[in-house]
Amino acid sequence: MEQYEPDRLSPVQQAAIRRSFRNGRAALSRRSLLRASTGGALAVGGLGALSACGIPPAGNTEGGVSAEDHSAEEKSVNFSNWTEYMDIDESGRRHPTLEAFTKRTGIKVKYTEDINDNTEFFGKIKPQLAARQDTGRDIVVLTDWLAARLIRLGWVQKLDASNLPHAFANVASSYRTPDWDPGRAYSYPWQGIATVIAYNKKALDGVEVKTLSDLLDNPKLKGRVGLLTEMRDTMGMTLLDMDKDPRSFSADDYDAALARLQKSVDKGQIRRFTGNDYTSDLTKGDLAACVAWAGDVVQLQADNPDIGFVIPDSGYMLSSDNMLIPNKARHKTNAERLIDYYFEPQPAAQLAAYINFVCPVDGVKEELAKLDEDAADNPLILPDKAMQAKSRAFRSLSSEEETAFEGKFAKLTGA
Amino acid sequence: MATVTEAPPTPAPVAPEKKPPRKRGRWTPYLLLLPGLLWLVVFFALPVIYQASTSVQTGSLEEGYKVTWHFATYWDALSQYWPQFVRSVLYAASATVLCLLLGYPLAYLIAFRAGRWRNLIMILVIAPFFTSFLIRTLAWKTILADGGPVVGALDALHVLDVTAFLGWTAGDRVLATPLAVVCGLTYNFLPFMILPLYTSLERIDPRLHEAAGDLYAKPSTTFRKVTFPLSMPGVVSGTLLTFIPASGDYINSDLLGSTDTRMVGNVIQSQFLRILDYPTAAALSFILMAAILAVVTVYIRKSGTEDLV
Repeated sequence: MEQYEPDRLSPVQQAAIRRSFRNGRAALSRRSLLRASTGGALAVGGLGALSACGIPPAGNTEGGVSAEDHSAEEKSVNFSNWTEYMDIDESGRRHPTLEAFTKRTGIKVKYTEDINDNTEFFGKIKPQLAARQDTGRDIVVLTDWLAARLIRLGWVQKLDASNLPHAFANVASSYRTPDWDPGRAYSYPWQGIATVIAYNKKALDGVEVKTLSDLLDNPKLKGRVGLLTEMRDTMGMTLLDMDKDPRSFSADDYDAALARLQKSVDKGQIRRFTGNDYTSDLTKGDLAACVAWAGDVVQLQADNPDIGFVIPDSGYMLSSDNMLIPNKARHKTNAERLIDYYFEPQPAAQLAAYINFVCPVDGVKEELAKLDEDAADNPLILPDKAMQAKSRAFRSLSSEEETAFEGKFAKLTGA
Repeated sequence: MATVTEAPPTPAPVAPEKKPPRKRGRWTPYLLLLPGLLWLVVFFALPVIYQASTSVQTGSLEEGYKVTWHFATYWDALSQYWPQFVRSVLYAASATVLCLLLGYPLAYLIAFRAGRWRNLIMILVIAPFFTSFLIRTLAWKTILADGGPVVGALDALHVLDVTAFLGWTAGDRVLATPLAVVCGLTYNFLPFMILPLYTSLERIDPRLHEAAGDLYAKPSTTFRKVTFPLSMPGVVSGTLLTFIPASGDYINSDLLGSTDTRMVGNVIQSQFLRILDYPTAAALSFILMAAILAVVTVYIRKSGTEDLV
């Protein structure tokens, strides 16, 4: 407001004017201004704008997905990955396997840890990919179901097999033909993720857990059991526990498994549905037992000897994070070379020794034994025959199934 | 500057100076408003319109969404998720009351009794803001851990028996119960209560207290008749600043709660990100906005402090 002090007005009048701006019903308040302006704006633009909006189909059925490949003249590749999913040297800043790749090929890798959560990352790249624009990323690493969705939507590029000889030869058999990407035409696994049952010996206090049923039913564990918010892992383990195959279950099987979990939730057996944050609850002993990711368990065990894991006789869920090349990526060939590089035994072993996830590459054992004897013998990193036989993948879902199943599962978790 | 005063005619104006300088003065306020208005349009009005539109669309991710004026989404969302709405309001209201009970004495102390400690206490109030919201909430998981001293003490004093009877906690734990969520909300939004309370208390002339004492008012009467009424603006804005963000919060419920403590923020998040049901998520957001607006309007009318907001 301007300083309004004309000489002609008496002090009393001036005060009255000033008051009228500040107090009383008729005051020119921010509220009345807002009221007036929003009313007007809504009347004029509102309705028209409302109906003009709309979200175009996300799927891409037409061609024109590959951008011009600048791999030859721009010797670089942009690699987006999850946090703590790459080997690091002592200084904590350099990634030895990536540096070796650059040294050999001359291709600089811009490595970014900008994926924290599949759903959030999907929200992040969706606008660009739906609009058929470059996301600025040449490789993204996404979990099976999201990789499947991107392939279904036509948002990723078909890989050129001639650039991927090692990948083709060395990818482990459990990963060779997922039902959402037969023959690995669009994706190659980065790491496998085994979902197992983890426990804290101290917190269990003598209670024995061998199956998921023990977690869901034993009254001694009431309020100290954790399940994962990742629908496929929790539901997959439940289906296995009920002797149903997650690779080929029906909608009724799903509902039955859901009802089983709901019963435990209603009893107060389940403390929480968690993402990655179950690890701190488990080490503190707030969770006595939970459905957990094996990679985490290996790392937790290193710090806390009370942490253990069990693989139920009914089997365990194996999923993977997959490298994909999004549409319009500028350096497709470079990206393919990098993907192929991680299927050579030596870099694969180096990576496995550092991050402790399930290695999806065959013929790594020897190299890994050179680096770390224990890791080479750990079935959670290099699964043996018995372990491999127990692994199950969650079947891929159609878009309608996905919405329905996720919706029902969200209800179970309370939201 | 002044528009009405007549400037003395400038001697021999040069030809192009047709526009008197006061013309510019008249537009200055609007120019100054412009950045704020633009900000509001881009980051508030447009998203609101976009969400309003999304809430009446139907379709799927693959086929795209079209505006079909499908208002039933609102009804479906409300009938499915009303428990979460009720819970949000209850939790936010509880946290607001707790904040007021904790914050008022502290603000009073800072304003009237702290003396040279005033700045230090203010810093202590604000300092938690220097770390992230998430970290502060996670810290409560350690504080309230099952085997931790807090829960141990509460258990030994049989406080947990009482709270469990009331349904605030379950078993011998505080984490993953409604009590933990309300505690987290209270902690996270406490400074929003203290700061407005402090500013309105600090403005009260201490001589009014002396005058009340001279008129034989007991300290309690002074507080009731003088201090509290004068601090009402702070109370109102403090409660609003606490209640509004608390009712939309989902982090506390996510980290400190369990399946039976989910608030409407959690539902919106899961609808948007997991289930990809954008219309329902948008409708839920609008219902939440409308609910808060209604609550706030009633509250302001009742407390008779319209010119504050």
